[in-house]
Amino acid sequence: MDIVIIGLLLGGTYALMAMGLQLQYGVARIMNLANGEILIAGAFSTFWFYAGTKVSPLLALFLVAPAAFVLNWAIYRVLIFPLVRRAKSQGKLEVDSILVTFGISFIGVGILLAIFGGEYLDYSYLAQPIFIFGERYGLNRVVAFLASAALCAGLYLWLHKTRAGLALRAVSVNPGAASLVSINVARASGLAFALGGAVTAVGGGLLSMFLTFDVSLGVVFTLKALVIVILGGVGDIRGTIVASFILGFAETAVATLVDPGLTLAAAYILFMVVLLVRPEGLFGRRTA
Amino acid sequence: MNAIEMPQVARVRAGVTARERRNLLIGTLIFVAAGLVPLVFGGYALQLAISIAMYTALATSWLLFSGPTNYIALSTAAFFGIGMYTVAGGIDLVPYPVLIAAAGLAGAALAAVVGLATLRVSGIYFVIFSLGLAELVRQVMTWLQHVLGTMSGLYVTIDRDEAEYYWQLLSLTAAVFLVGWWIGRSRLGFALRIIGNDEVVAVHCGINTARAKVILFVISSMFAAVAGALVAPRWSYVEPVVAFSPFVSFQVVIMALLGGTHRLWGPLVGVIPFVLIWELIAINFPNQTTLLLGVCFLLIVYVIPNGIVGLIEDAMNRRGKLGGSASGPLLRALDASAVSVRNLLQRRKSHNA
Amino acid sequence: MPSASAAEALSATAVSKHFGGLVAVEDMSFQLAEKQVLGLIGPNGSGKTTMMNLISGALRPNAGEIRLYGEAITGIGASRVAKKGVARTFQLVRMLPAMTVLENVAAGGVFGHAKRWGKELEDYAHGLLRRVGLPDAGHALVSALTYIDQKRVELARALASEPKILLLDEWLAGLNPTELRIGIALIEQLRTEGCTIIIVEHVMHAIRSLCDRCIVMNSGAKIAEGTPAEVLADHGVIRAYLGDADA
Repeated sequence: MDIVIIGLLLGGTYALMAMGLQLQYGVARIMNLANGEILIAGAFSTFWFYAGTKVSPLLALFLVAPAAFVLNWAIYRVLIFPLVRRAKSQGKLEVDSILVTFGISFIGVGILLAIFGGEYLDYSYLAQPIFIFGERYGLNRVVAFLASAALCAGLYLWLHKTRAGLALRAVSVNPGAASLVSINVARASGLAFALGGAVTAVGGGLLSMFLTFDVSLGVVFTLKALVIVILGGVGDIRGTIVASFILGFAETAVATLVDPGLTLAAAYILFMVVLLVRPEGLFGRRTA
Repeated sequence: MNAIEMPQVARVRAGVTARERRNLLIGTLIFVAAGLVPLVFGGYALQLAISIAMYTALATSWLLFSGPTNYIALSTAAFFGIGMYTVAGGIDLVPYPVLIAAAGLAGAALAAVVGLATLRVSGIYFVIFSLGLAELVRQVMTWLQHVLGTMSGLYVTIDRDEAEYYWQLLSLTAAVFLVGWWIGRSRLGFALRIIGNDEVVAVHCGINTARAKVILFVISSMFAAVAGALVAPRWSYVEPVVAFSPFVSFQVVIMALLGGTHRLWGPLVGVIPFVLIWELIAINFPNQTTLLLGVCFLLIVYVIPNGIVGLIEDAMNRRGKLGGSASGPLLRALDASAVSVRNLLQRRKSHNA
Repeated sequence: MPSASAAEALSATAVSKHFGGLVAVEDMSFQLAEKQVLGLIGPNGSGKTTMMNLISGALRPNAGEIRLYGEAITGIGASRVAKKGVARTFQLVRMLPAMTVLENVAAGGVFGHAKRWGKELEDYAHGLLRRVGLPDAGHALVSALTYIDQKRVELARALASEPKILLLDEWLAGLNPTELRIGIALIEQLRTEGCTIIIVEHVMHAIRSLCDRCIVMNSGAKIAEGTPAEVLADHGVIRAYLGDADA
């Protein structure tokens, strides 16, 4: 029972970073291998504000989100858009974006190292216990979960109830057709990329409330986000949410029953299952 | 990134053509000359030469797979690390040559699992899988040692001359080139070229495309594992963080891209300048190495996407030095780009399928 | 279910294929005897190419069975079906653009039903090029060829595997009248040599002159079967193509 609750709390918080990647890959069609570094940047920045001002990290997120938005917008405009323009096909764009974001991820690690150093990040906020079903859990995990759930719900509503959100969903389904109905695909993609980055950074901030970070963990989080998006199905938000919970649960199960150092193994086990059983993911679209 | 170009001879012809004989001769001379390096240089220069030899072996074997398939393998560190660990783990139990073979087999086994799981599905899944593979293997290795009650690191106590490392790595590099050349002339190479042109046609010609790619990936990864095994004794203490360092994967990709992915000797041309530049950077900016590595990478992707080989061939074409078929390589490169674009589009389609 | 006899090259039994809610092929059954030429005709969207894809293994049927000389080939995958002796051309010609004509032809003869390599393969490929009327084209790049010549290369590539069954998917499409004459003559030649062929076509006079039997499809189902003359006079067929007013 313990594992289930913790797994759900963790999974719910993972949902944010997966949503971020979903926006960047599903809409902007950019396989962003630097996603983990954005998350780490969000985590460290949140800690920085908290350590500096003693103000709640949750409030720090209100500064982290716009900063991440602007940063990702800049990355898209300067580094990625030239690739979009010169790519003759979706496949070529995918290859180029993999290479470029791979490079960006190393630059990201370098910058983070320069600013924050190689120390571990571990701070104590809201670490008091809260009781659910008679078991004690960290309040920070619960708060992070609630914040993440609220944000995911907000994002979902925004995507489904606003015109801008509709534009993004259209682009994710068929960019060519979207441009035919006079949606500015480039602008929508840029928005999706920036928004995705902001969401991921906020996710990082929330995770920092109860996980230990260091700058080299980027790839681990990128992988987890990728597995969630693949497991849930590219382009489908419900899938992302469900898959986040599945990963959270699997990871917690492995960490508790086998070894806490094997969290990535849990993700890979899920990855293998997807590959062998249902490559398009839970809610993914399959053709022929 | 464009499809690797096998030497342009109609692959259906058996025997060795005059042009191939010339290339073999040039290659042999280069290797013999390279072999003389330790007799002339020592100390620091020899250290650099060892790095160059190692990275050439790694980058060229990387190209063996990622060139023809256009799938960017980010997993070199995983196999390199496995090779190191096989030696480090068994050094007190088993003779060293057996360990080298065991390392190769371990790498092949892992590659087979990864390949069979991902290469039948899509190239993107393969790339993603390879991204975290080194980290995964590192975690598992650390856990296994925890379970077995040993320390994370392993002591390796073999006394060896630096020159010996160099010659071993040089031999490995020669083996990679030979295998690459042989594949180009073989049925497997022909199958890969067909796959690279049009995968649907390839399937309807009776080619088991997934198996061809898996075989190629296994060969490529085996070399990486053996490279790791050969250099393991240089560290007296092998730690997971060092053995599975993501830098190895990254640097291999950079060097291959810098040199050019069109030719088998492309990576060699990229390794040499890169190792030298890297030394300069590491000495002068020791705290910004990761950052500068990323910047270099982006510069290469944006400014010289075809690598040094691409620049050389463009220059030669402009001066018409290739005589009658001056447009040959350039045209072929353009054709190859057009082809690889179309194929990546189809791969994307089959990824969605 | 019809029993497999030595002369029955291909049999399809109750084959169905749907894509989500769209039924592309519905309950198709037919037999093809050895050395016969079968025409598969029907209006656009009737499922002919889907049927070809099902036979060649490019698609997997949702129901039904396909047998090649009595051996089940349903759902085993296109590369294995090719190895067993089914070769095809494509509706839109698929060349290997960065390879020479000779290599394109040879590609069909290495991994599939017939396996050759080296000098033997090279000679064999040259022979095939002569057979389809391109005796000197070996070292040209396919991008330099005219459309009919590319189709010839694709045909040679299919023949390179010494197929038991040849599938020609609208092979005559897009040809001008002169090229059409040449194309029909080529298929006629193959027929005389004893090839077993299924052709999907819209060119009716080709169907009449080349096919021993015809099957008409409409909306995924078989609506008529018989000789070309019988089938093209059938009211149901005329209605399918032209609508009720002309029936």
